[in-house]
Amino acid sequence: MKLKEIKELLQAELICGENHLETEIETACASDLMSDVLALGKPGMLLITGLTNVHSVRTADIIEAKAIVYVRGKRPDQEGITLATKKGIPLLTTNHLMYEACGILYCSGLKSVKDTGK
Amino acid sequence: MKSGFQNDEKERGLVQKFSIVGGDFHHAGYVSTQIKEILKELGIDSAIVRRAAIAAYEAEMNVVMYAHRGIFTLEVTPEQIRFLVEDEGQGIPDIELAMQEGYSTATPEMREMGFGAGMGLPNIKKNADRFEITSEVGKGTCLNITIFLNQRKSQ
Repeated sequence: MKLKEIKELLQAELICGENHLETEIETACASDLMSDVLALGKPGMLLITGLTNVHSVRTADIIEAKAIVYVRGKRPDQEGITLATKKGIPLLTTNHLMYEACGILYCSGLKSVKDTGK
Repeated sequence: MKSGFQNDEKERGLVQKFSIVGGDFHHAGYVSTQIKEILKELGIDSAIVRRAAIAAYEAEMNVVMYAHRGIFTLEVTPEQIRFLVEDEGQGIPDIELAMQEGYSTATPEMREMGFGAGMGLPNIKKNADRFEITSEVGKGTCLNITIFLNQRKSQ
């Protein structure tokens, strides 16, 4: 699924990373706990989170996530946006709750990180 | 923060030291991000770089969360990546317990930052080829993490 489809499905706003909208994303992981993301995350995944501090972006960079969607209309701070821009990680925000965002994407065919053999 | 390459670089490979300040959540992860960049620049296999970066990040966060200060030494030879993470802090009274997934003594502040789920040490072990931990209560903890460059870890 392309990032631009994820953006449309979640009626999300792109915060940064306009040139990454054609990026293909196959899996997703949702958590506010970066410890869990570090333990479960897979390269190339979408990170869905409500954690808006710079650690969401640092963690995404470390595990090589391709994009971050912030739920409940949350937005990262400027430091997070700056780091994401530098690292080439597009950031989006949706008004959906985390449960809703996950449900929409899962029903549209975006798999869990658990479903990959990577 | 960087100490620069050591004189014996050619013989021992790359050696670089980084300091970590305990309680500095704002800069937490900064060292690991730099280490990941260094490993990528060295042309190391991307799957190995990713495993090393995860182990480095977890180790760095442990120092930030639980210690007063720490020194993170990165050593890279043609055979392996080695992280030596030595901190001055409260130490770990029961290492066996700390190695269990889900066991955590994290404060609410740590959890608000997205950490302290009790996954750190087990996750370092999972991503390392060799992992040794020693600790003395009231003095500090030392992590010795090795990742081999010429063999693939099965996960």
